[in-house]
Amino acid sequence: MKRVCQVIALLMMAASWAQAEPAAAILNAESQRIAVINKVKDCVLAVFTPNGQGGGSGVVISPDGYALSNFHVVLPCGKALQCGMADGKIYDAVVVGIDPTGDVALVKLFGRDDFPCASLGDSDQVRAGDWVFAMGNPFLLATDLQPTVTYGLVSGVHRYQFPSGTLLEYADCLQVDTSINPGNSGGPLFDAQGRLIGINGRASFEKRGRVNVGAAYAISINQIKNFLGTLHSGRIVDHATLGARVGADADGRVVVTDILETSDAYRRGLRYDDEIISFGGRPVSTPNGFKNVLGIFPKGWRVPLSYRRDGRRHDILVRLAGVHSQEELIAKATGRPPAELMPMPKPGEGPKSGPHGGGKPRGDQPPLPRPGTGPSASRRDIPIPEIVKQHFQEKRGYANYYFNTLQQQRVWKAWNAGANPDGVKGVWTLAGHLPQGGEFRFQLTGSGASLKLPAGETKWTAEGQLGASLLPVHSGGLLPALYLWRRLAVEGLGRFGQLDYYGTAPLAGHEGLVDVLAGAHKDVECRFYFDPVEGHLLAMEMFPDEDADPCEVYFSDYRKVGGRFWPERIEVRYGDELFAAFKVTAGDR
Amino acid sequence: MRKLFPLLCCHCLFFFAILGSLAAASIVDTIDQVQPKIVKIYGAGGLHGLEAYQSGMLISSEGHILTALSHVLDTDYVTAVLADGRTFEAKLLGADPRLEVAVLKIDAAGTSYFDLGKAVKVDAGTLVLAFSNIFGVAQGNEPASVQKGTISVVTRLEARRGAFETPYRGPIYVLDVTTNNSGAAGGALVTRRGELAGMLGKELRNTLNNTWLNYALPIAELRQSVDEIRAGKFVVREPETSRKPRRSLDLPSRGIMLIPDVLQRTPPYVDHVLPGSPAQKAGIRPDDLIVLLGDRLVASCKVLASDLEYVDYEDEIKVTVLRGQQLIEFALHAADGAKTLKKGQPQ
Repeated sequence: MKRVCQVIALLMMAASWAQAEPAAAILNAESQRIAVINKVKDCVLAVFTPNGQGGGSGVVISPDGYALSNFHVVLPCGKALQCGMADGKIYDAVVVGIDPTGDVALVKLFGRDDFPCASLGDSDQVRAGDWVFAMGNPFLLATDLQPTVTYGLVSGVHRYQFPSGTLLEYADCLQVDTSINPGNSGGPLFDAQGRLIGINGRASFEKRGRVNVGAAYAISINQIKNFLGTLHSGRIVDHATLGARVGADADGRVVVTDILETSDAYRRGLRYDDEIISFGGRPVSTPNGFKNVLGIFPKGWRVPLSYRRDGRRHDILVRLAGVHSQEELIAKATGRPPAELMPMPKPGEGPKSGPHGGGKPRGDQPPLPRPGTGPSASRRDIPIPEIVKQHFQEKRGYANYYFNTLQQQRVWKAWNAGANPDGVKGVWTLAGHLPQGGEFRFQLTGSGASLKLPAGETKWTAEGQLGASLLPVHSGGLLPALYLWRRLAVEGLGRFGQLDYYGTAPLAGHEGLVDVLAGAHKDVECRFYFDPVEGHLLAMEMFPDEDADPCEVYFSDYRKVGGRFWPERIEVRYGDELFAAFKVTAGDR
Repeated sequence: MRKLFPLLCCHCLFFFAILGSLAAASIVDTIDQVQPKIVKIYGAGGLHGLEAYQSGMLISSEGHILTALSHVLDTDYVTAVLADGRTFEAKLLGADPRLEVAVLKIDAAGTSYFDLGKAVKVDAGTLVLAFSNIFGVAQGNEPASVQKGTISVVTRLEARRGAFETPYRGPIYVLDVTTNNSGAAGGALVTRRGELAGMLGKELRNTLNNTWLNYALPIAELRQSVDEIRAGKFVVREPETSRKPRRSLDLPSRGIMLIPDVLQRTPPYVDHVLPGSPAQKAGIRPDDLIVLLGDRLVASCKVLASDLEYVDYEDEIKVTVLRGQQLIEFALHAADGAKTLKKGQPQ
């Protein structure tokens, strides 16, 4: 009997322990949540327009002060904005690059080189049902600049939100039931571990007014990672189009319903009624799924696409064209944001919750930036801070060309690291043996180029139009391309012709993204791809015509000669064919 | 010891119950388990803020779908898209206008489904998940949207009578999360373990203060109607299931003149009532919407006309109308007035 009583007592103890356990688990979860929020709150921005007439949110992503927000938040700010942080300070910032279609803006804060910053997560790993939290400044309530936190659930992933007009398409976005209200726009969406997985910016508004309705959308951080390089270029970034429309057929297959004959997809073999199987490395099973993939890539990228015709699978690499013309893009970059976006709350708007509601600064807190004098103060009335002026350069097609020049110089310096620029000015001779036997010899000069093969010599002069004679035959213009390669090295950034930093892009045979300079000389356009770590030129492309295949030249097996790295292997591709692979064993540069 | 034994058992049970809840499936697992039972429904609408889509849930392995009775079903071409992306033409099996609940049938077999018999009752404070295709954001095989929330209160909608426009007067689960958006009607409310608790109702706006109600109808309230629909009540008549009488009944003979039948599915609204007719005597008024003839669902003027072909001219008919938000039943006899009318008409 005694033993039985002991057992009972033990079991009762176990039961009461079990009773206490959930409470402990809940407390533990709560303290973890608080710790995560405390860790990340310092990188959240309250974004204000210089005249204090609105605002939004943002998040810092690098210690030197680069930060993300929504395009529709920075649009009313012009080039300068002011960002409040949880340290109670307000920092001046300048717009770097904007993506009006994807509703993203990159800005740079000044005043520190040790800004607290968010670590970027992997939004492709997010699942419906994951806990997430949004931070920012809804209804401009944070008069003490401490961000508001709202916690919720991921309601859906890989969501597609139709563009408002032809702009502000939210492709592949994250849908959350987290409260997102006016003022949250541009602010971070964090996963439960505090990793940045998206930028909040849009909600489904229908009949209930412009407040949270339990369905808000965040731009996925993986999409922003794709665009980050192009945003750093300072340009008004464009999204991509395949040059083909897709739809679901009666059997639910995603098929090509229309295709432009001038598109790269057409040149690579894609035709009407082909079934799209995968795109950008992701299986495609719905038209929305296709649009989701398309929406995450910048204009100009080459992306793998697989299609099926007559039961046979074809894998191609397609070059994506831009959605807008430059004129359209500029018009859109200065237009009004549409209604589905979280509007800019005005100070005084929002829930009237007590004496401190409505965005009015409290007496004991630093005043909100409001250099303007009231509602009549327009953008022009606000003096631009000196630091912003020093970091701003106007150029057509760009949000801020200053940052493009920064990037150009970075790429240029990395390519020419330790090299004597005068050492490349003479005639370049590259010679070696062909894999199929025989010898080759390139000669590149400031006035032309030649290639000597066992079958004979091809000579090309750079007089008149470069794209007029694309020699040698079937190469797509290897000699003009190599001429431009030499010209870039000899003339440099300033004298090559038009040359800008495009941003980053993938390159076949290379892992990760590489730096791209895009230029034009006379009638041809060209792109130079650089290794972001080593600085080597990995490839170049020369486009004789907008709707024609370029001559692609790939450089590899670099070896140091005379203080400068030179490629020992040069591979030439045109269209779907390999033209030749040259192994350089001798040369004089 | 004997006295202690029940106490011991209670403690043991409690102990295991706690362990069970600790080991409860994560939300992500629950979502994976529930999503295959959620259906996207497309039908009539698309104009004036009336969306052409809503949600539903599979309730049998033979393709029965529970959803809300709404304008979306006012067409012969209702489409149901399952979670795996398969698309089916859905047939309106029947509907109960009192609860605004409808059952559709698709030609699918072996699908995942909610067993209504296993639906649970939940109380205020219960953590729940709502599944629906809000704002039509999911297409094809894209999963429905999931929202988390808590039951705020279990109350009767009747308490708000006059404020919300719905004929439903039963108990509801009021939720603390904005679940009842466009397209949410017919969605599933489940516990965190994935047990079915309710069906998301149609959007309800309080006309007094312009606020919106977020709620679900408890499955227990719907079950009888669903069973009756599946058993053949409130169903749309199958053609040629019975013999036509020698002379069929027509509504004008009872004094009811309907609005012109101009749409694919014109709702059978009363345009006017003939003076002195049985309909007028019974109290039928213009703008009443005929929803039931006997216990058969009347979805349109055409359905009503074809159903009446099977009613004998002399028979008494029972008509249920929706007036404002009230359902009223009338019995219409073949009265003298009708006979008078008959005399004046050429045979």
